[in-house]
Amino acid sequence: MARATSPRVPEDPAGLGRARAAGIAAPALLVVAAFLVFPALWTLYLGTTNYRLTGFAARHPRSVGLQNYTNVLQDPDFRHSLWLTFEYAILSAVIGQAVLGFTIAWLLRDATGWFKRLIEALVLLAWILPSSVVAFLWVAMLDRDAGTLNALLDTPGTAWAIEHPMAVIIVFNIWRGTAFSMLLYSAALTGVPPSQLATARMFGASSWQQLRDVVFPHIRGHILTNLLLISLWTFNDFTPYQITAGGPNGKSEILPVYIYQTALFDGQMGLGAAISLLMLVINLVVALVYLRLLRERRQDRVAV
Amino acid sequence: MAIGAAAAVLVAGCSGSSSGSGSKPANVSSANQPKNPTLVITANDIAGGKNSNEATWIQQTLIPDFVKSEAAKGITAHVTFRPNGVDDNSYKSKLALDLQSGTGDDVFALDGIWVGEFADAGYLKPLTAVAGPQVDSWDGWSQISQSVQALGEYQGQRYGVPNGTDARVIFYNKKLFAQAGLPADWQPTSWQDVYDAAAKLKALPGVTPVQWDGGVPMGEATTIQGFLPLLAGAGGTLWSNGKWIQAGAAFKAALGFYQKIYGGGFGDPVLQEDAKGRDKSFTEFAANKIGIYAESDYMWRSVVNPKGGTAPMADRDTAVGYALIPTEAPGSGVKGQSFVSYSGGSDWSINPKTKYPQAAWDFLAFLNSKAETESRIGGAALITARTDVNQEVLAGDPMLKFATEKALPVTNFRPSQAAYNDVSNLVQKAVADVVGGKSPADAAAAYEKALEALVGASDVAPGP
Repeated sequence: MARATSPRVPEDPAGLGRARAAGIAAPALLVVAAFLVFPALWTLYLGTTNYRLTGFAARHPRSVGLQNYTNVLQDPDFRHSLWLTFEYAILSAVIGQAVLGFTIAWLLRDATGWFKRLIEALVLLAWILPSSVVAFLWVAMLDRDAGTLNALLDTPGTAWAIEHPMAVIIVFNIWRGTAFSMLLYSAALTGVPPSQLATARMFGASSWQQLRDVVFPHIRGHILTNLLLISLWTFNDFTPYQITAGGPNGKSEILPVYIYQTALFDGQMGLGAAISLLMLVINLVVALVYLRLLRERRQDRVAV
Repeated sequence: MAIGAAAAVLVAGCSGSSSGSGSKPANVSSANQPKNPTLVITANDIAGGKNSNEATWIQQTLIPDFVKSEAAKGITAHVTFRPNGVDDNSYKSKLALDLQSGTGDDVFALDGIWVGEFADAGYLKPLTAVAGPQVDSWDGWSQISQSVQALGEYQGQRYGVPNGTDARVIFYNKKLFAQAGLPADWQPTSWQDVYDAAAKLKALPGVTPVQWDGGVPMGEATTIQGFLPLLAGAGGTLWSNGKWIQAGAAFKAALGFYQKIYGGGFGDPVLQEDAKGRDKSFTEFAANKIGIYAESDYMWRSVVNPKGGTAPMADRDTAVGYALIPTEAPGSGVKGQSFVSYSGGSDWSINPKTKYPQAAWDFLAFLNSKAETESRIGGAALITARTDVNQEVLAGDPMLKFATEKALPVTNFRPSQAAYNDVSNLVQKAVADVVGGKSPADAAAAYEKALEALVGASDVAPGP
C-alpha cells in the first residue's frame, strides 16, 4: 500500500554506503550483544545444566537437557510461588496502585497550592526513599514486640509479617508504588478537555458517568501503559524479601524470592537459570497482551 | 588457575619455614619471596556487631603484631581486614561468588562444613599445593587434636587451619527456674525431664519455656543446635558408612520432640518463623523471657557475655546455668550414650589465587600461634584449636571448662561430605514443617523423598 503511494525509498538514504553505515551501527550492536543477547543466551545455556555455586558441579557442570524445566514445573513449591506472584502483582499493582493512584489524582485535579503539593510530596516520599531503608522502617513498624502498628491498633504480640505475610507485602507495595500511578494519571487528566467535562456536567451526568464517558476514553492509553509498567515492575519485585524473606515456610515466596533462594541460598545456579527463563517468558506474554490492547486502541482512534 | 597454583608452589617452595610462635625471625632466604606483600583477610566478624571481639582483635592486635613480625624478617606486609556482619548463609554465598569470579580475598574464614563443597568447586586447594611443603612442617599441628584438625580436612588433605571448636549444651535461666520451683543445678537425664521442666516454666507469665532452633530462617543453627543432638539422642545419624541414612525411627523421634515442644505450647513457633528469629530469641533469653535454650558455647561467650556480647547479661555468671543435652532416655543415644553434643568450628584458609601465598601462609601460622591465640582469648574465652592454650586458659571460665571436659567427650561431628549442606537444608525444611504443624511421619516421608532425589537412591541406606 505504502509502495504504491509514496515515492521509491532510496537504497542508501544517508549516503554513507553499506560498509560505513554498518561501521557506525556496530558499536551499539556490540553493546547490545554484550549486555543483552549474551547474558540471555548464557541463561538459556545455564538452564540446561546442573551448574551449582559450590561443589563438584561448580567446576564440572553437566548438561541435563530439559530436566530442570520438567523438575520445576512438577514442583508444587514452584507452582505455589507462581500463584503467589500473580496474587501479589494483581492485588498490589493492577488493583491497588492503579486504583489508588487514579483516585488521588482525580481528587487532586482541581486542588492547587500547598495542599496539593503536600499530598504529592507525601506520596512521592514513599517512592523515592531507598527500598532497603523503607523495608527497615516497615520491619520496625510491624515488629511483634515493639512495633508501632501493634501500639496503634492495641494488638500486642501480633507478628504481622508472619501471620499475614501476603497481606503485608501487598499493602507495602501499594503504599510504595502508588506515586507513579498518581503522577502519570495527574498528567493524563490535564489532557482531558475541560469543555467536554463541563458539557457533561451541564447535561447532569453523575461523577461516575463523567469518568466513564469522558475521562476514561481520553486516558485509556495512559491506563494501559501504566498497567503494563507497574505489573512488570511488581512481577519482578524483590523488595518483599527484605520484609518477610519469603517466609514463613514459603508463604510469601514470590518468584523473584524463589529464584534467589534456589540460585544463591541453595546454590543451584542451573535450576535458578531455568526458572529465570520461565519468568522471562511470562513477562513477555504479559507485555504482549498489554501491547496488543494498546494497538487495538490506536486502530480504534484511526477508525473514528 | 593451574599455572597460578604451580607458581605458588614454586614461590612457596623456595622460602623458609614460618615460625610457630611468630616472635623469632624466620630464616627467610628466598629472593623470590615478595618484600611488599599485600593481604586482604576477611571473616564474618564486625566490630560492634557479629563476633565483635574477634573483629576488634584482628584489627587492633593481630594485624599490627603480624606486620611487626614480618618487618623483623625484612618484609613490609600490608594487611587489611574486610569485615562482614551477616547471617552465615549470606556470608557463604558471598564467599563462593567472590572465589568463583576470581576476586576473593587472600585469607578468609570459613565454616568447616563448607570445606568439601568449596574444594570440589575448585575454590580451595590443599594448603601444601598453595603454600608449599612448609605447611606440613608447621609446629602448630602437633597442638591441634585429630578431631579438630578434621574440621579443615577433606578427603585426607588439609584445606584450612582450624580456628577452634565448640560444643552444644542446654542453657537455662536460673532466675526463672527459681520462680518455677526448679533446681538451680538442673541436669535433665531424658527428654521427658525437659518436658516436665517446660511444663512448670509455662506457669510463669510472659515466659517462653523452651527455645529449640527449628525454623528455616535459623539456617544451620536448626540442624546443629536443634535437630542433630536430638537425632543422636535417639540413636541416629544423618550419614554412616558411606551412605546417607533414611528417615527412620530415630529421625521421627527427633521430629516428635519438636512436635511436643511447639505443638504443646512450650516453645514459640512464631519466633522460629521470623526471618530475624535467632537474634530475637537471643535478646529474649537475655531479657529473662526464655527458660531453656539449646545452643553452643557461642551463646555464653558471644551473646550473653557481659563484655562485648550481642545481648549482654550483666549477671551472666550467676543467672545462666548449663547442662548436658540428654538423650531420649538414659543410654538411648548413639554408641549407647546418655548425653550427647555436636561440635563444629571454622577454619582459616587461603585463596588459591592469592598473589602472595607465602605471606598468606605466614599469616595463618602466625594467627594460630600460641601467643596470638592467647591474645585472642584475652578478649573472649573460647575453646581454641590448640590444646596447649586450652589447658591454660579454659580453667578460668567454668562454662567453657564444662564444655571441654563434659560435652566434648560425648560430642559428634557433622559428615564432611560435599552434599552435607544440601542435606542440612532438607533437614531444616522437615523440622520447619513439624514446627508449622505437620506430623513427624509426613515430614520424614518428604525428607526421605527429597534426599533420594538429591544424592541418588543408591547412596541412601536404612538406619535406626
